[in-house]
Amino acid sequence: MLSSKASCNSHGQDSSYFLGWQLYENNPFHEVENPTGIIQMGLAENQLSFDLVESWLRKNPEVMELKKGGESVFRELALFQDYHGLPTFKNELVEYMAKMRGNKVKFDPNNLVLAAGATSANETLIFCLADPGEAILLPTPYYPGFDRDLKWRTGVEIVPVHCWSSNGFRITMFALEEAYERAQKLNLKVKGVLITNPSNPLGTTMTKEELDHLITFAMAKNIHVISDEVFSGTVFDSPGFISILEAAMDRNLENTDVWSRIHIVYSLSKDLGLPGFRVGMIYSNNKTVVGASTKMSSFGLVSSQTQYLLTNVLASKRFTSKYMKENQKRLKKRKEMLVSGLKKSGIECLKSNAGLFCWVDMRHLLSSNTLEAETKLWNQMVCDVGLNISPGSSFHCSEPGWFRVCFANMSRGTLQVAMRRIKDFVERSNFMGRIKMNYQQNMSSLSRKLLSNWVRKLSSPDPNEHER
Amino acid sequence: MEIKRKNKSQLLSKIATNDRHRENSPYFDGWKAYDNNPFHPTQNPNGVIQMGLAENKLCFDLIKKWIMENPDASICTAGGVDKFKDVAIFQDYHGLKEFREAIAKFMGRVGGNKVTFDASRIVMSSGATGANETIMFCLVNPGDAFLVPSPYYPGFARDLRWRTGLEIVPVDCKSSNNFRITRAAMEDAYEKAQKWNLNVKGIIIANPSNPLGTTLDIETMRSLVAFVNEKNIHLVCDEIYAATVFDSPRFVSIAEVIQDMDCCNRDLIHIVYSLSKDMGIPGFRVGIVYSFNDDVMLCARKMSSFGLVSSQTQYLLASMLSDDGFVGNFLRESSKRLAKRHYVFTKGLEQVGISCLTSNAGLFFWMDMRLLLKEQSFKGEIELWRVILNEVKLNVSPGSSFQCSEPGWFRVCFANMDDETVEVALNRIRAFVLNRENQESNRSKRCWRKKHLRLSFSSTRLYDETIMSPCMISPHSPLVRAKT
Repeated sequence: MLSSKASCNSHGQDSSYFLGWQLYENNPFHEVENPTGIIQMGLAENQLSFDLVESWLRKNPEVMELKKGGESVFRELALFQDYHGLPTFKNELVEYMAKMRGNKVKFDPNNLVLAAGATSANETLIFCLADPGEAILLPTPYYPGFDRDLKWRTGVEIVPVHCWSSNGFRITMFALEEAYERAQKLNLKVKGVLITNPSNPLGTTMTKEELDHLITFAMAKNIHVISDEVFSGTVFDSPGFISILEAAMDRNLENTDVWSRIHIVYSLSKDLGLPGFRVGMIYSNNKTVVGASTKMSSFGLVSSQTQYLLTNVLASKRFTSKYMKENQKRLKKRKEMLVSGLKKSGIECLKSNAGLFCWVDMRHLLSSNTLEAETKLWNQMVCDVGLNISPGSSFHCSEPGWFRVCFANMSRGTLQVAMRRIKDFVERSNFMGRIKMNYQQNMSSLSRKLLSNWVRKLSSPDPNEHER
Repeated sequence: MEIKRKNKSQLLSKIATNDRHRENSPYFDGWKAYDNNPFHPTQNPNGVIQMGLAENKLCFDLIKKWIMENPDASICTAGGVDKFKDVAIFQDYHGLKEFREAIAKFMGRVGGNKVTFDASRIVMSSGATGANETIMFCLVNPGDAFLVPSPYYPGFARDLRWRTGLEIVPVDCKSSNNFRITRAAMEDAYEKAQKWNLNVKGIIIANPSNPLGTTLDIETMRSLVAFVNEKNIHLVCDEIYAATVFDSPRFVSIAEVIQDMDCCNRDLIHIVYSLSKDMGIPGFRVGIVYSFNDDVMLCARKMSSFGLVSSQTQYLLASMLSDDGFVGNFLRESSKRLAKRHYVFTKGLEQVGISCLTSNAGLFFWMDMRLLLKEQSFKGEIELWRVILNEVKLNVSPGSSFQCSEPGWFRVCFANMDDETVEVALNRIRAFVLNRENQESNRSKRCWRKKHLRLSFSSTRLYDETIMSPCMISPHSPLVRAKT
């Protein structure tokens, strides 16, 4: 009766990533009204720097009244549905993007296509680059939303490129080749590789070496590279951010074929913390891709009202400089608070320099090195400890035990509560663990058997309890 | 070179390199002519007047006044900026509750308060463009078909087909019965689809109709409901011009019709709505999918991630559309102004013997220029269209771009200009018609009497991707360019 898209599960919204959000929605933490509720640490939002934008708005009354030079622009905006976007908005965007890259890359506004958020931008790009049944390589761990954004309506397959903790989850040439061969064996034609740089969920920027591997690989296989750089403004520590285009320019590839196969996706949702405004974009040096994706943007244009507001915000260069610096400072401080808080509980994080989250190593808290154990731990974290953190399996991580924990979407106070809860949980787990270890060492096998029965009884609910 | 070009295009998807978006049709080519030489009363009085763009510019003053009087509705004002953070973060695809409630209420009012819309069923999309495509993604698989009564909005070729892989099978409607949708025509189209081995999943109608400017009568709507129930296919009703009805009969939403039909399977009924035409705010991208089918509603809601309405816009409109006084006044005033503009034009044309299909809605009228065709064919229509565009300098839209099965009809938009421009446009049409009629009227009448109207398009045009467009292939945007 309905399409297969409507009836299937490939929107990926049944993953634990999204289920955790639902559980949070049912019992959300509030410092005063619901102090025992679940703390949302599974949402990568930047709420640290709104006050800066708000103060700018207060100081700029013309924008508030939808005026320009004293004349009302309401009418023009209300009518403006040109899918090329407000030229002034695109000019400001390319300048802002260049600034973020230390002005090492210059962007042409004619190669910029607006979309309704990076969600729409990524989907549109895939519609342009691949046919149903073809494949895109994706290094793991990757953002769960990609299962929906890249695959659902496009009919394109994702083939993961496995990355491992042994080398900090860096993308290696070997991993790329292995994934490509796997795709071939499955009879899938690979059209491109999509990377997120800085990485979600790792919070790391790509090294020059990794970018070079990707470009070399794309040249050899004659495929596209999509670089999702939505977190590029959240880099708060060294090493700095290197865009894929910068890496290509360093190799003087501007006049080669691969230059027209490199595409960037960007958005204001993470850097400026404005996900509600739905401002995404595609940048490509490929005229056909720009042409096709521009037409497709009809299905997801940015509200002209929003384009106008943000044109004015971004035009204020002093504001954007101040914002970038202050935002990065706050992110760094907040991240350090999370990292040190976890360290006190004996939990380490992957060393990171960007993003709104940390990639946390909880392998030592697993009862076994399995997916089931990770899921069990995740359930405990959400339901018992009351922290919605995201399990690595929802990011298709190849090793169990890693979790993504967000830090930029809550107040300092809430983060402190979260750290305390984790500490308590770990101490409880350690205590139980020590009991187990002692008894294993000191008891005879018979006593061991008796005691283990007793422990089991204590920790599982008594089925007859309700009758008392 | 050829091989290189072929290899280059294989690097991209078929969707990116094919023509199924149909932006190379005369409908869009005329806009290019306007863009290159736009009319201005003082700066360019000989420029092309845009009469091919169905925009509603008649009531901005009312909206502007409301915005000025309600600064708190804008998160950018001193009064509203406190809400900035909450609004800027809000990306929940359920949409702001107040927004959904306001939209549901507005839709109810537009439908004459004969039916109540459930706010929890409101699903957002990026304009009606996004809404139509989303519904198709929910209902069809690539290769399936949808019936579409002709003449129909040219954008459907892109919105319904391009990325979904859907095929459109036109339901031919004739001038002999004022282009009404008949049961026979629907059955005919359905059988044609079967012959071509196409799996028909539904029928989509626009009510009020674009380009006809007419509302569907209740009998036709009941007939449609009966048809889809018998065939167990879907009915999608694009009601985006609902509040542009300026004369009787009143607008009747499909939601009202099915209220009284117990035999109807509601899972088959879906509505598309938008504020772009009724309120004249296409730039704000407010589209709505309203489905009576729970699965479709849930699926469309997930898909709305690809085209949510900006929270800034949701917030503003939630406030505006909840203001009952404003809404009441707006709907009344808008109808009045549309009626007046429609009257001025149609009376003006009547004076020179040009008739239009009797209409009671829309931002355009369906003009009958058959008597002015040199040849009663689509070739003749395009020739006449070129003359009107290049010599008379009016961008009107030829009926063939709406897949009309009879040549000689043109859609003319009237709500996107001021009164002064209306006068200029009417004068130009009058002058042209009188001139042309003197030259051609006898010849046209003889051809008409012959009754050998040979349509230059067969039914296989369904698969012809390059029909109609004259040499002016336009890769440019079909939409009005910014002036800033």
